[in-house]
Amino acid sequence: MEYYRSHVLVCGGTGCTSSGSATLLKLLDEKLAEYGLEKEVKPIRTGCFGLCEAGPVVIVYPEGTFYSRVTPRDIDEIVSEHLLKGRVVKRLLHHAKQAETAVDLSLDEMPFYKHQTRVALRNCGVISPENIDEYLAFDGYKALEKCLLHMTPQEVTATVIASGLRGRGGGGFPTGIKWQLASKSESPVKYIICNADEGDPGAFMDRSVLEGDPHSVLEAMTIAGYAIGAHEGYIYVRAEYPIAVKRLEIAIEQAKGYGLLGENILESGFSFDIHIRLGAGAFVCGEETALMVSIEGRRGEPHPKPPFPAVKGLFDMPSNINNVETLANIPPIINKGPEWFRSMGTEKSPGTKVFALGGKINNTGLVEVPMGTPLRTVIYDIGGGIPGGKQFKAVQTGGPSGGCIPAELLDVPIEYDSLTAIGSMMGSGGMIVMDEDNCMVDIARFFLDFTVDESCGKCTPCRIGTKRMLEILDRIVSGKGEEGDIEKLEKLAETIKATALCGLGQTAPNPVLSTLRFFRHEYEAHIRDKKCPAHHCRALLEYVIGPDCRGCTACMKACPVGAITGEPKVVHHINPDKCIRCGACQTKCRFGAISRQ
Amino acid sequence: MCDCQNAYAELDAIILRHKDEPGGLMPVMQEAQNAYGALTMDIQQRIADGMGTTLSEVYGVATFYAQFALEKKGKHVISVCMGTACYVKGAQAVLDKLAEYLEIPVGSTTSDGQFTLQATRCLGACGLAPVMTVNDEVFGRVTPDQVAGILDKFQD
Repeated sequence: MEYYRSHVLVCGGTGCTSSGSATLLKLLDEKLAEYGLEKEVKPIRTGCFGLCEAGPVVIVYPEGTFYSRVTPRDIDEIVSEHLLKGRVVKRLLHHAKQAETAVDLSLDEMPFYKHQTRVALRNCGVISPENIDEYLAFDGYKALEKCLLHMTPQEVTATVIASGLRGRGGGGFPTGIKWQLASKSESPVKYIICNADEGDPGAFMDRSVLEGDPHSVLEAMTIAGYAIGAHEGYIYVRAEYPIAVKRLEIAIEQAKGYGLLGENILESGFSFDIHIRLGAGAFVCGEETALMVSIEGRRGEPHPKPPFPAVKGLFDMPSNINNVETLANIPPIINKGPEWFRSMGTEKSPGTKVFALGGKINNTGLVEVPMGTPLRTVIYDIGGGIPGGKQFKAVQTGGPSGGCIPAELLDVPIEYDSLTAIGSMMGSGGMIVMDEDNCMVDIARFFLDFTVDESCGKCTPCRIGTKRMLEILDRIVSGKGEEGDIEKLEKLAETIKATALCGLGQTAPNPVLSTLRFFRHEYEAHIRDKKCPAHHCRALLEYVIGPDCRGCTACMKACPVGAITGEPKVVHHINPDKCIRCGACQTKCRFGAISRQ
Repeated sequence: MCDCQNAYAELDAIILRHKDEPGGLMPVMQEAQNAYGALTMDIQQRIADGMGTTLSEVYGVATFYAQFALEKKGKHVISVCMGTACYVKGAQAVLDKLAEYLEIPVGSTTSDGQFTLQATRCLGACGLAPVMTVNDEVFGRVTPDQVAGILDKFQD
């Protein structure tokens, strides 16, 4: 094997690729050749490191130096200074940019990583996802070997049941029990399905696992196939994730080449094959029954359960469907045992959970913490708090099915049941932070708009009910709210929750109910006082010029409707009747004299 | 022989590849859209005939999923991410500005066929919010006043 004195890891996740990491990698190759280091230093494109905010991220090993927001111009300096002369480029260190201290902190010492426990993300950012040998070197396919050669299918299922692993896609159903149900269905043909249709806006953990560690998903699917007696698997992945699709294709090819997938795996007599199916942009297809119909090539409409997929699923055969993150937990559970898994997290929610931290937060990115960690730790210790000195208002979890959690509940431990108890839900793990400038009525309207758009139209409560709710919310944010609107929303919400056909409809009212529960005063302010407390809703705000105005006339020139009057060097005035609230004046003002009220 | 035979040669090859595959209809439609830019009625009819199903079945699938287009899109497709992370960081203002700049409503194409403007679901690049893409190129942390500069690059 070739030996390199140094490895340069360049993040090839979606965030960093979007910020130009592919160019960095190309430049790195060129510069290494130019300095004659190509035999000593090896650049590797890895999966996501998690800290997308700092992208593109470059880490130099064995030192573990963490460079952030690296631009093509910096590559020459990294190569000539760090890799050639051994001098760390201090100005590019992540911490040099974040704080006054230019300390060279390694990954484990950085506050962003210190509080994390990486199980599902164990290999993301560590190995090259396009090279099976690197996965093998990190215990890859060891669990599969253990299952196929040393365990019976019943023992595999029993191990997963004992671990207490619950579905990471949102519902939280015990994974082992699901496997057991499917294994009991008698049928010559059964299917394993991996749900990679990560539709929740603001959630990208499954994408990172697929992009950073695709083999762990293939290995787990094969193990699941062995456990329930299936020989074929489908991965249903969003078409919006081209990098993930490409790496899955490479991984399947490589695994087949090594005899770890396909006919007679490891000469155990067990055969398993995996196909990839692309979604086509329908949120409802994340619902398991709809997803299976979509794989069959039809309109992805859900159907009532029972029959459950374990009895009658894909192509009417017994099927087992698990989400990507759930599957990524399987190999370590088999390798290290259920007790190890139970040593993390809480009694009812063992293990860890990956969250996609986004919105108004300093360190946006992917975070994996033990279940039971308080929200506060995630948002302040790992996320680094709210930027711009703004006030935290709420954190939204669970996407369009979840709810908004206010500041007073930040010490609630994160687990399935505690989040449900406060009107939100775990969901797939999106965590969007909102500050004082975000209007909670508008956020509820945003989610309802999403649901109305994505409702498949099969059942009436969802198709018509959510539409009526959206109309009321539209009215409220445009200043035409009426007394009784809140009550109407509540009544509709309860009815839809009780009567909709599938999970999408049943949870669609949650964003409205949870904001009504914790931010009712904002609704009331919109309806009664015709004011938006966050100064967000256009129809309800006024632009006002304050005493800081120097009379420079810049705003007057910017105003498209001539609503601003005033003499040079004298405080200007906005006529609210003419103003169309476009905000052009505020962008142009260099003195911060124009405010929203 | 007329040109229409040749025009559909690629489509027929796609159909042949997936015809006997269980659930092969969607892969056919996806590949056909990649090859022809849109699933026009003629293409849908040919898919229906080739796959041994009805036009209504194909049309039903085409109109159910957001990614199938019945009409050709512009030369450059602008997508503004309307995922939650982008939305709370001001994606709506970026989208509004684009619509104003191009003088077209969201979801339509400019009369010269240059640009199609669309709102899209979460692209998973939440760390760069708000995000917009032009064709395959990603632009992160976009503000409304950057819009004109970004589009200039693509204008013929």
